[in-house]
Amino acid sequence: MEKTKYSIKDTLKSNIRKYTMLIALVAIMIFFEILTKGILLKPLNITNLILQNSYILIMAIGMLLVIITGNVDLSVGSVVALIGAVAANLMIKHNMSVVPVIFISLLIGALVGAWHGFWIAFVKIPAFIVTLSGMLLFRGLTLVILKGQTLAPFEKSYQVLSSGFIKDIFNGQNLHITTILVGIVFSIAYIFYEYKDRSNKIKYGFRVTPNRLVIAKIILIIIAINLTTYSLAVYKGIPNVLVLLFFLVLIYSFIANKTVVGRYIYAIGGNEKAARLSGIKTDKVLFWVYVNMGLLTALAGIVFSGRLNAAMPRAGQGFELDAIAACYIGGASASGGIGTIIGAIIGGLVMGVLNNGMSILGIGIDWQQAIKGLVLLIAVAFDAYTKSKVKN
Amino acid sequence: MSDYILKMLNITKEFYGIKALDNVNFEVQQGEIHALVGENGAGKSTLINVLGGVYPYGTYKGKILYEGKECKFTDIRQSEDIGIVIIHQELTLSPYLTCAENVFLGNEQSKNGIIDWGKTTVEAKRLFEKIGLDEDPNSIVNTLGIGKQQLIEIAKALTKSVKLLILDEPTAALNEEDSHKLLNLLLEFKKNGITSILISHKLKEVLKVADRITILRDGSTVETLINDENLKEEKIIKAMVGRDIGDYYPTRYANIGNVFFEIKNWTVADALDQNRKIIDDVGLQIRKGEVVGIAGLMGAGRTELAMSIFGESFGKKLSGDIFIDNKKADIKSVDKAIENGIAYVTEDRKTYGLILIDSVKNNISLSNFKKISKNAIINKNEEIKASEKYKNDFNIRAKDILQNTEDLSGGNQQKVVLSRWIFSDPSLLILDEPTRGIDVGAKREIYTIINRLAEEGKSILMISSELPELLKMCDRIYVMNQGRIVGELSGDMQTAENVMTCIMRDIKGGQVEYGKN
Repeated sequence: MEKTKYSIKDTLKSNIRKYTMLIALVAIMIFFEILTKGILLKPLNITNLILQNSYILIMAIGMLLVIITGNVDLSVGSVVALIGAVAANLMIKHNMSVVPVIFISLLIGALVGAWHGFWIAFVKIPAFIVTLSGMLLFRGLTLVILKGQTLAPFEKSYQVLSSGFIKDIFNGQNLHITTILVGIVFSIAYIFYEYKDRSNKIKYGFRVTPNRLVIAKIILIIIAINLTTYSLAVYKGIPNVLVLLFFLVLIYSFIANKTVVGRYIYAIGGNEKAARLSGIKTDKVLFWVYVNMGLLTALAGIVFSGRLNAAMPRAGQGFELDAIAACYIGGASASGGIGTIIGAIIGGLVMGVLNNGMSILGIGIDWQQAIKGLVLLIAVAFDAYTKSKVKN
Repeated sequence: MSDYILKMLNITKEFYGIKALDNVNFEVQQGEIHALVGENGAGKSTLINVLGGVYPYGTYKGKILYEGKECKFTDIRQSEDIGIVIIHQELTLSPYLTCAENVFLGNEQSKNGIIDWGKTTVEAKRLFEKIGLDEDPNSIVNTLGIGKQQLIEIAKALTKSVKLLILDEPTAALNEEDSHKLLNLLLEFKKNGITSILISHKLKEVLKVADRITILRDGSTVETLINDENLKEEKIIKAMVGRDIGDYYPTRYANIGNVFFEIKNWTVADALDQNRKIIDDVGLQIRKGEVVGIAGLMGAGRTELAMSIFGESFGKKLSGDIFIDNKKADIKSVDKAIENGIAYVTEDRKTYGLILIDSVKNNISLSNFKKISKNAIINKNEEIKASEKYKNDFNIRAKDILQNTEDLSGGNQQKVVLSRWIFSDPSLLILDEPTRGIDVGAKREIYTIINRLAEEGKSILMISSELPELLKMCDRIYVMNQGRIVGELSGDMQTAENVMTCIMRDIKGGQVEYGKN
């Protein structure tokens, strides 16, 4: 008879890749928590961490889909600046109100994505070249729009997304009660999800992980959720942008895992020729992946310019590299076909915590860059190593 | 003339337990042109690769004696150093370099690491004159026709002070005139004392230039014939194909219905060069429940025909119509082809078939999400059920349906690809080399699946380079050569000899039809 359960050792072995980066993230957090003498995980700093990294994480979601198809987008930093410039120009110079400005910004983002998608998917020019051109082109347009100047400030309401917090409907005094409740609701939802997933697997006769491990995992995750929400509640509650991120992760994970188009994206990255001969319109899918990238970049641009409260010609420089690094650190394959949304988020957080921790320690931007560079290499090398281990 | 430059004794070479060469003996005399002939898969290329050191010493059994000394090559360089040069079927020129650069590639005319371009050009020119190639040594290789490229390969061989020149299908891609030139060049070489081994399907050429002919079949030497006036093509053909066909072909209860699928006037050109017709005015029909084969040599255009039928996935279609159930069908893309009930199982499952880094399950469901999704959301339970079903039905030996396909054996990979296309519920299944590179057991399983599908009333179009497989499995066989249908065989006429005769007569010119009612 076949085994219906994996042994604990089996589970750890087969999941080590899946959870390596999560474990690394926790280790890095503990490391800096000790080094910064507890500053890293202070409520204020946790909120800051989220606000500081939100726009990179938003872009990382789009970038992950691009990377899964086996391509790349180098233009996102410039597009972030362009969106900030357009929004500032419309609001400050032309007195347009917030809602149409956001709408127009998203539309421009999508058009930029369509521009890239057209050249990459239909004219078949390598993505590296097309988006390198986009990087220069849209940076240039940003300078044209801003005439080399900084435009500021934005209206208060434009900043709701980037710097606002959810309302506490219970009006807690020192504690944001709604935030605590959200943590509890999520804990329950999570337990329910794990239970359903497990019973489904048993129903279809798949081997499942041992009970003890599942329970340990559930407890750890619940602690993590509630500690986070508690920390946030002590400060100002859940930032709006975290809610946005949460829904983005949920929606895009759903698209990646459960929808036909998600499967197409993975199939193209895995073997484009086979995908095409299986009836997948690879050009079309690739085109829309870039449109999506543009849309998410515009969203990141709105959040970023709101957070800066200004549109600057040099805004967003190097963002493309952060977003790409987040995906690779999170386990995406440079040759396409492999990667998860949640992995990219974890990769982004690893970079974010490194930045934040080193800043608190007063390490200069020079060394921060150098260390981040090494972390990227080590993460990918480790991934390659475990991959070859699992194989043998 | 009777001393031997080369003796290959008792050569045995296995791939994953399958014998590609079984105790082959092959002897070449000093200064002769020796032809090596045999069907696809008979072991010709393997034998040559053993000789050239592509398969290093130790990976095969047997002895190689060259000029009386035993050779133990571990790489190609070593065999080239002592004068054995192989010109492979696929040319190995670097397309963006000049002729002269290519000729001296790896053997640069240099001093202290600095190339002497003057000498390079002059030497190249001298070589070109020797082989009758009228070309500027400084032209870029990819601007030349295939015939001239072939000659540059030969010039390259001459720079290596060649004693034994081996040509693998040198004239396969050449036109009449270029072939003629090349063969004359071989005769010229013979006068200068260079020994040649010529591998060719074109028996006419072989009879024209060869002194002796060795025939390989199924990895064994059949015989070596002396080419005199009495030697006839028929004798060679008979030696090439004559073999027992084992009884591992399962029987089928044929129940053949009306014509289901038909193409007419199907002409397809190379995508980049519209003047080069790859498929030339082909017409064929397939009935319900019928297994139809396409036989032909490599490069006959069989795969190209199949792929162009499958949503015009190959080349540029110049003319032709598809009729399904007597109605004209417009099939311009793969998804249209699938919609019309056509499925194509590729000959190259790793490059064009599977997503190797993905699971058995995801590979099976890939071309028919319609069946298992609602509003573009995949019903994973249905997906799992479906892939479990095929895993059991076709006996796919995988740990579970979540195992990546790259970890499966060739036969099981093939069954995964087959599952995908049967899951897409086709009425016409095109199988391109369905049993290539898989073991005997898996072959039989695939034959059984094919028979079952035919019994269910599906139409099967099967391309194979293994003639026995086609002869046993098919109700009817079309023979293709150079992009055209050159014969149609059925019933008693469906024999290996007739297939080869169709091809050979076409190479000579003229068309034959056998077994037509």
